[in-house]
Amino acid sequence: MTRPRVIWVVLWLAAMTLAVIVVTRAHYTADLSAFLPRAPSARQQLLVDQLRDGPASRLMLIAIEGGDAAARAQLSMAMAEQLRGNGEFVAVNNGEPVNDARDREYLFNHRYLLSEAVTAQHFTVSGLTSSIDDTIALLASPAGLLAKSLLPQDPTGEMLQILSQLDRTARPHTLAGVWASVDGQRALLVASMRASGSDLDAAERALHAIRAAFAQAQRATPGSAAGRGRLEITGPPVFAVAARNTIRHEAVRLSVLSTSLIVSLLLVVYRSVPVLLLGLLPVTSGALAGVTAVALGFGVVHGITLAFGITLIGESVDYSIYLFVQSRRATAGVADAEHRQRAMWKTIFLGVLTSVCGFASLLPSGFPGLSQLGLYSIAGLLVAAAVTRFVLPALMPRSIQIRDLTPLGKRAAQILRRARAGRLVLGVVAVAAALVLYVRRDTLWNRDLSALSPVSARAQSLDARLRADLGAPDVSDFIVVTGKDLQAVLRASEKVAARLDPLVSDQTIGAFESPARYLPSDATQIERRASLPDSDELRLRLRAATASLAVSAERLEPFIRDVTQARAAPLLSATDLERTSFAAGVDALMMHQGEQWAALLPLHSAEAGTQPSAAATNKVRAAVESAAPGEAVLLNLKSESDALYSSYLSEALRLSGAGFAAIIVLLLLTLRSPARVAAVVAPLVLAVLAVAAALLLGGRSLTILHLIGMLLIVAVGSNYALFFDRSGSDQHAGTEPLTLASLLIANAATVVGFGVLAFSNVPVLAALGSTVAPGTFLALVFSAALSRSASRQLSRTN
Amino acid sequence: MRNASHFALALTLLVTLRATAADNDLDPLMALLAERTRGHVSFVEQNYLAVLDRPVEASGELLYERPDRLEKRTLAPRPASLMLEKGDLTIQSGRRKRVLALHDYPQIAPFIESIRATLAGDRAALEQVFHLAFEGSLARWTLSLVPLDAKLKAVVREIRIEGARDELHTVTILQADGDRSVMTIGSSIPP
Repeated sequence: MTRPRVIWVVLWLAAMTLAVIVVTRAHYTADLSAFLPRAPSARQQLLVDQLRDGPASRLMLIAIEGGDAAARAQLSMAMAEQLRGNGEFVAVNNGEPVNDARDREYLFNHRYLLSEAVTAQHFTVSGLTSSIDDTIALLASPAGLLAKSLLPQDPTGEMLQILSQLDRTARPHTLAGVWASVDGQRALLVASMRASGSDLDAAERALHAIRAAFAQAQRATPGSAAGRGRLEITGPPVFAVAARNTIRHEAVRLSVLSTSLIVSLLLVVYRSVPVLLLGLLPVTSGALAGVTAVALGFGVVHGITLAFGITLIGESVDYSIYLFVQSRRATAGVADAEHRQRAMWKTIFLGVLTSVCGFASLLPSGFPGLSQLGLYSIAGLLVAAAVTRFVLPALMPRSIQIRDLTPLGKRAAQILRRARAGRLVLGVVAVAAALVLYVRRDTLWNRDLSALSPVSARAQSLDARLRADLGAPDVSDFIVVTGKDLQAVLRASEKVAARLDPLVSDQTIGAFESPARYLPSDATQIERRASLPDSDELRLRLRAATASLAVSAERLEPFIRDVTQARAAPLLSATDLERTSFAAGVDALMMHQGEQWAALLPLHSAEAGTQPSAAATNKVRAAVESAAPGEAVLLNLKSESDALYSSYLSEALRLSGAGFAAIIVLLLLTLRSPARVAAVVAPLVLAVLAVAAALLLGGRSLTILHLIGMLLIVAVGSNYALFFDRSGSDQHAGTEPLTLASLLIANAATVVGFGVLAFSNVPVLAALGSTVAPGTFLALVFSAALSRSASRQLSRTN
Repeated sequence: MRNASHFALALTLLVTLRATAADNDLDPLMALLAERTRGHVSFVEQNYLAVLDRPVEASGELLYERPDRLEKRTLAPRPASLMLEKGDLTIQSGRRKRVLALHDYPQIAPFIESIRATLAGDRAALEQVFHLAFEGSLARWTLSLVPLDAKLKAVVREIRIEGARDELHTVTILQADGDRSVMTIGSSIPP
């Protein structure tokens, strides 16, 4: 070993030791964050926060099926009782009136602070006459029994006013004392997690707790009907946990599968374990370097990045294959070996550079998963190539024993010649593919964020069914009110509510919820309290007000007593809500992060289960924005997230375009011939077109991951095209069978690595695999068929 | 409390329908009532409540269509509507409208079932919920319904219906606390 070589090996060992330290200490995650775009604007940030941590992200919908209605109700009650005692949940609702008494007490005791009807006018003589007359009229109505008992204490009807304020949204059906689906076949529960929806460990604990509670309830409930009960759980935390498990599972399964496939392939080729191990050295070093770079650059390594890492094997394993195949020639004493080796390295490095150009375009991506992939691949490829170039020769035995690949190369050459004869077919393929893309130009890209969702269709339909059962349609429209503190947010929510009420009256919207209904702002409470007259004044006014009414003022002393008490009572704060079921409501609708407070006001459309019309949405938007400019915005979760995704797709298109342009510039600079560049690029473009057309014909629409896959086709395929180009420009040699063979093996490794991904259950991985595997293969075939050298060389072999 | 008010609704519904009788003339009365397929009448209801100095009056219309549609449309003092249709109970007062599925309210269900039973002339079903007492003759009768269930009885003590042949004249609901309402059925409103 010569001195410089020793230095390389020492440097490599030191670097790898450091990398191992970083990798073992790195923080890994497998949540859904890689699929959620980084959001540049505050509004989009809010949206992403909603998806990750919002109240909807904490809801678990639970259904009990099978058995009979009575058994399901018993199971539901037993489960709910257990879960209510579990600290993982803030609220567990199954329709049982658990908090009814406390809730009513809260509303009744604080009715003069909570009722929206309380104003100074309300307590004038004419205001009192009007409201007491209303209450008396109510006595003759269906609600008479309720009004009757309340009259002496609440003749102005504040309690009923509050109940109608709160009772504006649909409730699920009740069967045998618990919530049930409309058809009565399922008992329903809703559990709200205490932890944020992005805390997957907590979500997993909560899921276990639900399952355990169900099993326990089944054991405790006598009768065979209970034993036949089945449990179904859905909701965002369930999806998130399932996705994490899928990603974890897939990352391991796919890595093991593709690694063993590639190892077997190489073993067949090399027929030597030591050579195989040497060949895997650059890949391993590259993977270590990639993870290290991501860990240092992002602070956290996403599981999906590791799965993407397989992609690296496919490309960097090529380098050692080239090296071994060429070294074999050198040891065989072929003349010119030195010269050829240098030329080969030039080509490899150009290939690495083009790949780096491609991957670099991923770095600025808004999707953390993609920028991690970019960094991982750049670091990995550079290190793998460097290790192959500088470290591997130092470790290689003087005479390397691998199988002679010349026969394989010759056979491949024969096939290729036939392929060349079909060059015309390539033209047809190009035209056909372009035609398909043109015809489908409007539906080319899938702009639906859910296209990336790892949640299975079955899970999504279960979720939709349970939501429909609960009469709680997927609330996708809501108003977000932000402010610097709780009071500011409550105040702004009240302003918005004042503008929305007329829209509810004229049926533009069905209803809306607001935390200020349960907890009005201090300002509003003070105003309401100040509108209450003192006892002497009230007695006086009451006498005048009831002069013409069927009730005498003397009967209403309890009312005067309550109003007098309310005048002196302290304002309501969040702690007063504790132990009522409204606490969960307020918690669900309020968010607090650092200095920022936000309230959510979900909207319900006028017709249950339908989306509000564009006109209705515009009216609401105008009302909201004029009510509290700068503080409140109307968000539609679905359209906002799709718009966000769409903008990232456009961004990715721009970035890949830039990456492609960078590759062309690089090739122009190094090859210095537009004709050669065209010859290198043409087969790649053709491969991309063909794969895109095939995917479309196969019924897929293209997602951002397909786009990334196309970029990879160009990045990887450029290596092949460059080899054919080199042989074409090199006067000494054409594409020898040996080079052809090494290209074939390298390509087989790539196709295997990505082909395995194509069968993944994670849509992003499947999209990538199904694009890159066929694409790189086509890139090789097309490069061979279109290269000028190939024709010359092939005629020589014969 | 809400259940109690639903309960009262159901009772009101019940009594606006034809009632039943006992003893000798009960079966002929039911047969007579069941012959009617539709009806549209006016009503005036006096509510006597201890808490008030004088009774509150409500008035409106009753609409009935065999076998399972019934509406109590109050016009004064405030418009409100209570409608039973094929097992769904719709309550509307002011802008608020609520639809309740009958099977969600086990306390109401027996009363609704009794309505159906009455219309079908099914005395046996009716007697599952009430104790029936018949006085007078077919030409002028009084039918008394006393809930069998103690919980229901704690709210409504008795429903008393007076009529002549297949016409109802008054429906009196005696509440457990002494309050009562008396509904006087007026003339038939032509379609």
